[in-house]
Amino acid sequence: MKGLRNYIDKIKPNFEKGGKFGALHSTFEAFETFLFVPNTVTKKGAHIRDCNDMKRVMIIVVLALIPALLFGMYNVGLQHFRAVGDTVAAGAIMQCFWFGFLKVLPIIVVSYVVGLAIEFAFAQSRGHEVNEGFLVSGMLIPLVMPVDVPLWMVAVATAFAVIIGKEVFGGTGMNVFNPALLARAFIFFAYTPYISGEKVWIAGLSKGVGIVDGFSGATPLTNASESVITGEAINWGGTSPIDWFLGFIPGSIGETSTLAILIGAAILLYTGVASWRIMVSVFAGGYLMGLLFNLIGANAYMEIPAYYHLLLGGFAFGAVFMATDPVTSAQTNKGKVIYGLMIGAIAVLIRVVNPGYPEGMMLSILFMNALAPLIDHYVVQANIRRRNKRLSVAK
Amino acid sequence: MSKIIKLKRGLDINLLGEAEKKITRLPLAESYGVVPSDFEGVTPKLLVKVDDVVKAGSPLFFDKNRPEVIFTSPVSGKVTAVNRGEKRKILDIVVAADAEQVYENFQIKPLESASKEDVTGILLASGLWPFIIQRPYGIIADSAGTPKSIFISGFDSAPLAPDMNFALEGEYDNLQKGIDVLKKLTDGKIHLSLKAGTNGVLNKLTGVEQHLFEGPHPAGNVGVQIHHIDPVNKGEAVWTVDIQNVAIIGHLFNTGKVDMTKIYAVTGSEVENPQYVAAISCAPISSLISKTAIKSQPEGGSVRYISGNVLTGKKVEEDGYVGFYGNQITVIPEGDKYEFLGWAMPRMKEFSVSRSYFSWLMPHKKYVLDTNLHGGHRPFVVTGLFEKYVPMDIYPMYLLKAILAGDIDKMENLGIYEIVEEDLALCEFVDPSKTDIQQIVREGINLMIKELN
Repeated sequence: MKGLRNYIDKIKPNFEKGGKFGALHSTFEAFETFLFVPNTVTKKGAHIRDCNDMKRVMIIVVLALIPALLFGMYNVGLQHFRAVGDTVAAGAIMQCFWFGFLKVLPIIVVSYVVGLAIEFAFAQSRGHEVNEGFLVSGMLIPLVMPVDVPLWMVAVATAFAVIIGKEVFGGTGMNVFNPALLARAFIFFAYTPYISGEKVWIAGLSKGVGIVDGFSGATPLTNASESVITGEAINWGGTSPIDWFLGFIPGSIGETSTLAILIGAAILLYTGVASWRIMVSVFAGGYLMGLLFNLIGANAYMEIPAYYHLLLGGFAFGAVFMATDPVTSAQTNKGKVIYGLMIGAIAVLIRVVNPGYPEGMMLSILFMNALAPLIDHYVVQANIRRRNKRLSVAK
Repeated sequence: MSKIIKLKRGLDINLLGEAEKKITRLPLAESYGVVPSDFEGVTPKLLVKVDDVVKAGSPLFFDKNRPEVIFTSPVSGKVTAVNRGEKRKILDIVVAADAEQVYENFQIKPLESASKEDVTGILLASGLWPFIIQRPYGIIADSAGTPKSIFISGFDSAPLAPDMNFALEGEYDNLQKGIDVLKKLTDGKIHLSLKAGTNGVLNKLTGVEQHLFEGPHPAGNVGVQIHHIDPVNKGEAVWTVDIQNVAIIGHLFNTGKVDMTKIYAVTGSEVENPQYVAAISCAPISSLISKTAIKSQPEGGSVRYISGNVLTGKKVEEDGYVGFYGNQITVIPEGDKYEFLGWAMPRMKEFSVSRSYFSWLMPHKKYVLDTNLHGGHRPFVVTGLFEKYVPMDIYPMYLLKAILAGDIDKMENLGIYEIVEEDLALCEFVDPSKTDIQQIVREGINLMIKELN
């Protein structure tokens, strides 16, 4: 590694201020610190520091996303071959995976290239170091997209999320809304047909070539919300809760397998990177809301067992990877519990009561992102009141 | 005996290089240096010139803002240098020590008949007043004020910190006298906090209210103890004195002389034989730990000398001086090395509170940690982490943000009166965003002082 280090030291002056490539200083620094943890020593304050840093935190999240990503790729292939009626291919794991890999990879590449380019440009213009936040966002964005989403749309949505969602607030750590969800919300509202309905969740289905007659690409969530409109019993399209748990259903790329997501959750909780308070309380909130609807029981959707909600759609993915984003969630421990409960409850509320939005999780999290500072405000105010009370007691 | 106050939040960082329990009495060093920047918020005005002859306890300089607060020489001898830095800021005042020490003699009234003013007067004149630190703000106490109580921490919980019961073993008389002196300064109580489960000279002291604390660092921080015993509110002030300095104050009132001899723990992974030494305050680092007592470093490596502990101490050069308030020297390796893909490595030799590393599997391992920052500065991202290391009812992140925003009301409401830098030092250690938290805290406190006075 000495040779590489020497080479970097040799070319480094070119990227310093006033050097030949001074305009690429932040970019160079990002790559340099990626390869080598810098030799910076503590100058102020504590002389020793924990070896944990932002890169480590972010890479753990990316690692936790891998199971969902790998399964998602496999499932893209599986769903496609089922749609075209190719049972032989649908049974071959590697063939399914390879098909999905080729479909998903371009989305990941587009998301990272567009997002990182914008991050690098902003870091450079501000004279900052490049922040690692997008390493996670860049992976989250493809996982919440339907596989047939046009690539240019991914690019536009990513750019919107990074610029309007993050950089205008000052970059990672300052943003109000979860950037990855913002990208999804952008497509959802700007190009609704490409991210809702029955056609988009399975590769090739929207083009309709070679599809088995009468094949429906509807997700179980769509099935459920349709029953509200038609007033009939829910037709789950032949899928069962065990399919939802394992993930053999249509849906956004990374959201279908609750099992794969729970493996990620285990990594996040074990390393302490994500807040268990948020994760647990989102599931609790959703479950309790499901129970509440059971009590009301006004239609078929309200009557489904409460745990169905936790397995369906993006609930688990949102609870594990989106709601726990430390920047956009509540920051106090009490606040986190309230925030989580509300996300879970509102997500189920939107799903059941408003069939226009079959997937309530995204809107619920974004809504609570906006409310998180308010929750924290009240928690902190309680602390202030305790302190003031002490004062009046002392007098 | 009072009940044990159990603290759960905090962190003990196990470092290699704990001082062996034996005290070496050091001979007089050639010269001693008083460093005005040891004193928070003090603007020094000189009272001596180069070549002046001083006794131990003779004035060297005073605080421009509070002329009654004077700072005296720890030894007798000749002033050999006043070193200045940028804008003629005084860096240090160097006194070459006489072979035979002569002491300024202070007339001590019997304590029974002495008033608060008498005691204050002697402490001011002898230069021991700066030992008395006021909360809020962590600055030298206002000699005209009366604190609601005085707090003394009887143990230091910082990494590799000296064991006070051991260091002060033979100092019972001075300690007891010191406490009697402090009693004159307040109408309230003197609170002495001890580590639960220890028994030594400090447990025998009377005239104090003893409190027992249990738990990891920062349980030994006086600020944390105040918070749990009798918290500081707006408009109130309490005073604190380091336990070793209580003994020095007691010695003055027992003998009429200023003897600044203290026990220092010389610690750290790079010290060949870590142990305790007895030396006069403001001694050169090199007299406490000679170069030959430092472990040999790999090629291109160097060490850092810290006056104090690794969390809150001050970096000093090899030819620098031990700080006025110090009771510990720590020597650790400098971390000015690159680490290939370090953030992705298992880093078995490093310590982290994060379970993304493995140090939590080895709770008893003693670590050799260097001064590498292990990352770059970032905005705050991770939440809920700082709270685990501040055993107080305070939201550190919100307080820090209030300070950064310069919001006086919020700072006040969120607890700025209850903390000084050292109380949030662990947050700084664990922060993956590498924020300079202690500096932010000091800037916040200075802003409060400026705005409210």
